[in-house]
Amino acid sequence: MYQYTVRHKVYKFQDLKTLLAKASPYRSGDVLAGICAETYEERVAAQIALANLPLKNFLNEDIIPYDDDEITRLIIDNHDKTSFSLISSFTVGELRDWLLMNTTDNHSITAIETALTPEMVAAVSKLMRNQDLIAVAQKIEVVTKFRNTIGLKGHFSTRLQPNHPTDDNKGIMASIIDGLLYGSGDAVIGINPATDSPTIAYNLLQLIDNLRLQFDIPIQSCILSHITTTLQLINNGAPVDLCFQSIGGTEKTNSSFGINLNILNEAYDATLSLKRGNVGNNVMYFETGQGSALSANAHHLVDQQTCETRAYAIARKYKPLLVNSVVGFIGPEYLYDGKQIIRAALEDHFCGKMLGLPMGVDICYTNHAEADQDDMDNLLTLLGVAGCNFIMGIPGSDDIMLNYQSTSFHDALYLRKVLGLRPAPEFENWLIKQGITDKLGNLIPINSSNKLLSGLLG
Amino acid sequence: MKSDLINTDPLIALKQFTDARIAIGRVGDSIPIKESLEFKLAHAHARDAVYSVLDFELLNKRLAEFNLPILSLHSKAFSRHNYLKRPDYGRQLNDKSINELKDYNNESDITIIIADGLSATAINENASELLSALIPMLISANFTIGPLCLVEQGRVAIGDEVGYYLKAKYSIVLIGERPGLSAADSLGAYLTYCPKPGLTDESRNCVSNIRLQGLNYKLAAEKIFYLVTESFKLKLSGIVIKDNNGLINQ
Repeated sequence: MYQYTVRHKVYKFQDLKTLLAKASPYRSGDVLAGICAETYEERVAAQIALANLPLKNFLNEDIIPYDDDEITRLIIDNHDKTSFSLISSFTVGELRDWLLMNTTDNHSITAIETALTPEMVAAVSKLMRNQDLIAVAQKIEVVTKFRNTIGLKGHFSTRLQPNHPTDDNKGIMASIIDGLLYGSGDAVIGINPATDSPTIAYNLLQLIDNLRLQFDIPIQSCILSHITTTLQLINNGAPVDLCFQSIGGTEKTNSSFGINLNILNEAYDATLSLKRGNVGNNVMYFETGQGSALSANAHHLVDQQTCETRAYAIARKYKPLLVNSVVGFIGPEYLYDGKQIIRAALEDHFCGKMLGLPMGVDICYTNHAEADQDDMDNLLTLLGVAGCNFIMGIPGSDDIMLNYQSTSFHDALYLRKVLGLRPAPEFENWLIKQGITDKLGNLIPINSSNKLLSGLLG
Repeated sequence: MKSDLINTDPLIALKQFTDARIAIGRVGDSIPIKESLEFKLAHAHARDAVYSVLDFELLNKRLAEFNLPILSLHSKAFSRHNYLKRPDYGRQLNDKSINELKDYNNESDITIIIADGLSATAINENASELLSALIPMLISANFTIGPLCLVEQGRVAIGDEVGYYLKAKYSIVLIGERPGLSAADSLGAYLTYCPKPGLTDESRNCVSNIRLQGLNYKLAAEKIFYLVTESFKLKLSGIVIKDNNGLINQ
């Protein structure tokens, strides 16, 4: 039982998960779950009670029982007691203050990465303003490698997302060429296939691999099929660079996705064994998003932001190349408007980075959410300042297969320009060599003799 | 001047391969005004569709040709904002509607539910045309059809309650799909054998993207008719119904 008194009114919170839910900034998904604070005062009372809570308490109270949930077991069994001694005297509020101190830098934060449980990180994020989430995330550098180097300070990458409603080869290739000529694709060329057909996925992997080899492009590809399909593709000898899977923060959520830790272990080992990376061997690509647990009715009355952060415990086990919070895709019943989407994205980016993950964000919305491009521009700029590793690059922001709006090739160029950011170094060299950009990163006008272009048209 | 300002030309040849917004050029590094406004217009259409409402005058007039009773029902969602935030309300009828259905004593094989969903525009523009193709097929196959139920602020699963209270063996829910930038008027048909509250998506069949520029009315009606007859043969619906006649997933 936790409590805090405001003007003689005693607010009681029966357990840790209730305290976390009541302390969570307002969002429609927690209202839908019936776990949200009922008044502004109750929310702040919960935040004050949470700020006073020693971090140690998080090790004594599982928000989802250890015996019922393999993610809880993963979190508890992998907790690093040695490094926890560095922060074991902190309350949640003191952790927040410590993170913001000028003397706390990338090195000091990464030193406690394994001391932190997702619940501690979710808790501290609930006490932080957007500005705090940006200021702390901006200190943390998470670098990953496959055929290039992603996440270096001063660099910023994009996933080129050339989706097509019928997985048409030429349609997809046209979007890839368009994107490459705008300097997009250094995080990954990643296709959401329209169906889960292994034959089509094989064919698309081959298509991108041929392009990569023909033009010697330092990039990686991924078809975002179900992980069991990817395993099958690996066994059939397909050129699989990265293994993709959507993950959630409870065992039950993952069951609804048709996965568990055993399947992830198997797929991770299989993908590693291909040894296709030449700069590094981060081979996993995970996607997450607040609301997925509630949507699968698998949230155990835990708030959606805490569920989301628990998913990062899974991600970090597999040293992924990329983790992407698809923040606005889920719809207004979970994140109602631009304000809620922006807050959630900054939380996800911060929490992921705190747990050592190479966070990217799909800055996006659906047409039934109260959001538009202006909200996405705001979020894009905030995430750029926060040091987000990558965003999506989609022709004109409009994904014609998934029917939602994300960020365009142009959006990435805007961010690089206003913040002085550059692509992954290996990819940047390739862009210069191909005459796509000059040494300052400016696009050079394309003419029809461009090799990439004439390759497809000829 | 113009070609200096907007660098597009060589890429335009790529446009033949996809409807994606490629080869849109740039001003500096930004999207040129023409494309910027085209995008805004498409989003405006989608937003307007989300807030569009069923045109009862028009629908009552057009649906009259079928000589079926028409009922006007409402979900528990009391407004569009409430509907967007509470999907559970959109799946349940309000008390007044439930009472109306309970009083209705005429069992039938099939009940047809017409719900606004996320685009009433899709219903206003496509529902009666689709039914003009579908209902004669159902009647000639000797199915009995219950009242046509117009539902405001409805989601797909509201057909389970309607079908249950009307004691129908099968429900066909015609509903406005979530608008995309390329189409804001797309209608979906969700088909459920033995509808009752508590069913989930895997117990339904779906025919999607029904609109003038998408799946046309005749082909959509044929697909639906095929799924209906298969369901009555097998006494179930959902993923188990296979594409045996090559009509599905075209």
